Amino acid sequence: MSNEIALGAGAGLTTELAHEHHEHHEHHQSFLTKYVFSTDHKMISKQFLITGIVWAFIGGLMSVLFRLQLGYPDAHFYWLQDVLGKFWVDDGRITPQAYYALVTIHGTVMIFFVLTAGLSGTFANFLIPLQIGARDMASPFMNMLSYWFFAAGGLVMLSSLFVQTGPFSGGWVAYAPLSAVRDASPGSKTGMDLWLIAMILFVVSSLMGGLNYVATVLNMRTKGMSMTRLPLSIWALFFTAVIGILSFPVLFSGFILLIFDRNFGTSFYLSDIYINGVGALPNEGGTAILYQHLFWFLGHPEVYIVLLPAMGMASEIMSVNSRKPIFGYMAMIGSLFAICILSFMVWAHHMFVSGMNPFVGSVFVLLTLLIAVPSSIKVFNWLTTLWRGNIRFTPGMLFTIGFVSLFISGGLTGIWVGNSAIDIHLHDTYFVIAHFHLVMGVASMFGMFAGIYHWFPKMYGRYMNNTLAYIHFWITLIGAYLIFWPMHYEGLAGMPRRYYDYSSWESFKQFAELNRFISTVVIITFATQILFIFNFFYSIFKGRVVKDKNPWGATTLEWTTPIRPGHGNWDGEIPEVHRWAYDYNKDGREFIPQTEPIGADETEHH
Amino acid sequence: MMAVTETTNKSKKIHPHKFLLWISIGSICMMFAGLTSAYIVKRNQANWEEIPLSPIFLYSTIVILFSSLTMYLSYKAFKSREMQQYKRLITVTAALGVLFAVLQYLGFRAMANHGILLLGPGSNAAASFLVVIIGLHVVHVLGGVIALLVTFFRAFRTRVKSYSTLPIELVSTYWHFVDILWIYLYLFLYFTR
Ligand code: HEM
Ligand SMILES: [Cu+2]
Repeated sequence: MSNEIALGAGAGLTTELAHEHHEHHEHHQSFLTKYVFSTDHKMISKQFLITGIVWAFIGGLMSVLFRLQLGYPDAHFYWLQDVLGKFWVDDGRITPQAYYALVTIHGTVMIFFVLTAGLSGTFANFLIPLQIGARDMASPFMNMLSYWFFAAGGLVMLSSLFVQTGPFSGGWVAYAPLSAVRDASPGSKTGMDLWLIAMILFVVSSLMGGLNYVATVLNMRTKGMSMTRLPLSIWALFFTAVIGILSFPVLFSGFILLIFDRNFGTSFYLSDIYINGVGALPNEGGTAILYQHLFWFLGHPEVYIVLLPAMGMASEIMSVNSRKPIFGYMAMIGSLFAICILSFMVWAHHMFVSGMNPFVGSVFVLLTLLIAVPSSIKVFNWLTTLWRGNIRFTPGMLFTIGFVSLFISGGLTGIWVGNSAIDIHLHDTYFVIAHFHLVMGVASMFGMFAGIYHWFPKMYGRYMNNTLAYIHFWITLIGAYLIFWPMHYEGLAGMPRRYYDYSSWESFKQFAELNRFISTVVIITFATQILFIFNFFYSIFKGRVVKDKNPWGATTLEWTTPIRPGHGNWDGEIPEVHRWAYDYNKDGREFIPQTEPIGADETEHH
Repeated sequence: MMAVTETTNKSKKIHPHKFLLWISIGSICMMFAGLTSAYIVKRNQANWEEIPLSPIFLYSTIVILFSSLTMYLSYKAFKSREMQQYKRLITVTAALGVLFAVLQYLGFRAMANHGILLLGPGSNAAASFLVVIIGLHVVHVLGGVIALLVTFFRAFRTRVKSYSTLPIELVSTYWHFVDILWIYLYLFLYFTR
């Protein structure tokens, strides 16, 4: 008798939810508890998604602005000055300080706010409980905090756009000394303080989210849902969370040392610095390379934090829409695991030109190139899943195929920059920009689009508009290649990244027209994203209503819930699982849901 | 009564909150691993000063070890429902935690009195690292003290009676963890001076 009460009092929400859940819950909720301080994982997921979309819009707009500078270095945009003010645009031209700030905040926002919080936050929250058969996360309260820390971090970052000395402008990697010395640049003053506060809030948010995702996957699966019956989307989100939990704390230590250097006069990263107009700094004995190590120990795993959710969702969506089981399920898990381990052992490939011992460099070359193995396994399995599939080209499926294409294109150049001998030439050029935008930036964006189009019916009970989606897909895919492909050539010619104006260099003048072309495509592609945003919000209210519980004919558990599930997901008992997630076209049936017991005369699956 | 509580807690699945705690512990470990490896990298470079640790840190080590013992005893007292004993021991544990923090502070003061510049212009990273690493650890200990106080008051709420050992298990796991973490840090700092 009393043990029930005891657990409830001690353990909080989880047990209560599990025991006394019922569908009438909804009616007693106020606006505040339902939409704002919600503990329902589905609502939190939508909060992450919409916040992510807002940030993607801001980050994308920033790239349009700095591409204006790069494409039209001689033009004057007086109307922009009226809109943005003198800090950003002076005499009709983007100011150098603003340019660096734009590049920096664009990178930070896109990688952390959009492709980490917006992607993992949305889909881990949405899919984990629904696909493993749980009523909610292990700790719904912490889950809510995770969102609010993210939102707070975002607000702080946003506020840094409005301070007088401008936002931080030393690059998304925030290398010392630009980040550590207040007098180093205008952006290193208040802008950097705010950047740090925002990022620390963000790290806390990611940790709280990640802890929850891992605990939920390991602990709260429904009856019969063994680990090897999980959909690959869950496996990927699980590994993403593990990587985050292990790498973000290291970034956090790096930030702490940075804070001491900035505010308490220590010399962890600083040594022998002379600043014009300020004089020699007292700092001695620090090393800026230390920051690079701490940063990239997170930084490289971070690129996989961005990529893995896209990989997982691609596998899932691809299988559903090819009406075929995913090829090599165990190999997919194995390669995710290998990527997870390797991602912690390659960080120094970002530092080949930092003066490291060439022997150490060669070890990192080897480890780096090893990542190509699990990556290729995954690509092979995606292609073989498509092979002779009965493919339905839904928008989600198109973006999935686009994801694979971009991942291949960008991954191949990884092999170039992974060789230290070649990277000495390519480091910090547009080649690297092209590499990581294709393999990570646009590819993960495609994964995110795929996820949104595919799970939108489950999220909002309505469909998105297909015609708009097809336009969105084709222009974005072609745009992405037109923007980033030419950058390879610029990089090979030695054109460095993060320069304000290339027209003053004799050797880069040849690219003036190419740069203009790229910038023009950027504007068109960005405009198409507005189309997507319109489609998204319009469809939430006016989209075609979903009438079928399982519109894609998928096997996984989320499609066994009511069309608009309440808090707790299933009205009655949580269904039991009897098979893996990929029984498509088996024994003459198009698909068999995971909840269906294995029939007496059914063939074994592999 | 006792038997009932026992069986609840010995159910087959590990409680999700315990699990959360263990993963957080892994995450905290990574943070300190980051700091101590930064320390090693830095130590192998020029301009590193050999700075002796104040002996006060040895006293604080003894204090925190002792607090782990009282933590363990208070957990046992709670399990056998000797609430008076539990109350006493958990107060002692929390007090020892605070004493530990005070001793760490005194350790730094003693070093500063010996003319070692810990922070500020002209400070050596060898000394500043101590402040960062030991300081961050103290923050974790103080977090544990707060958690102790919360469980303490929870156990004596009059309105809702709670017999679950879960909260106390959670804090005691955490408490032993910060203890072990300190021992690691102490040995590390002692031997890499
Ligand atoms: C075959 C696999 C890959 C290899 C061998 C590889 C190798 C490299 C190397 C050596 C660099 C440093 C280049 C330089 O700065 O000079 C680099 C940069 C980068 N890579 Fe990759 N990479 C691979 C796949 C990926 C994937 C899958 C992602 C993301 C999901 C990714 C994201 C990035 C990012 C973001 C940067 C640039 C960071 C910056 O400097 O701002 N790479 N890659
Ligand atoms: Cu990397």
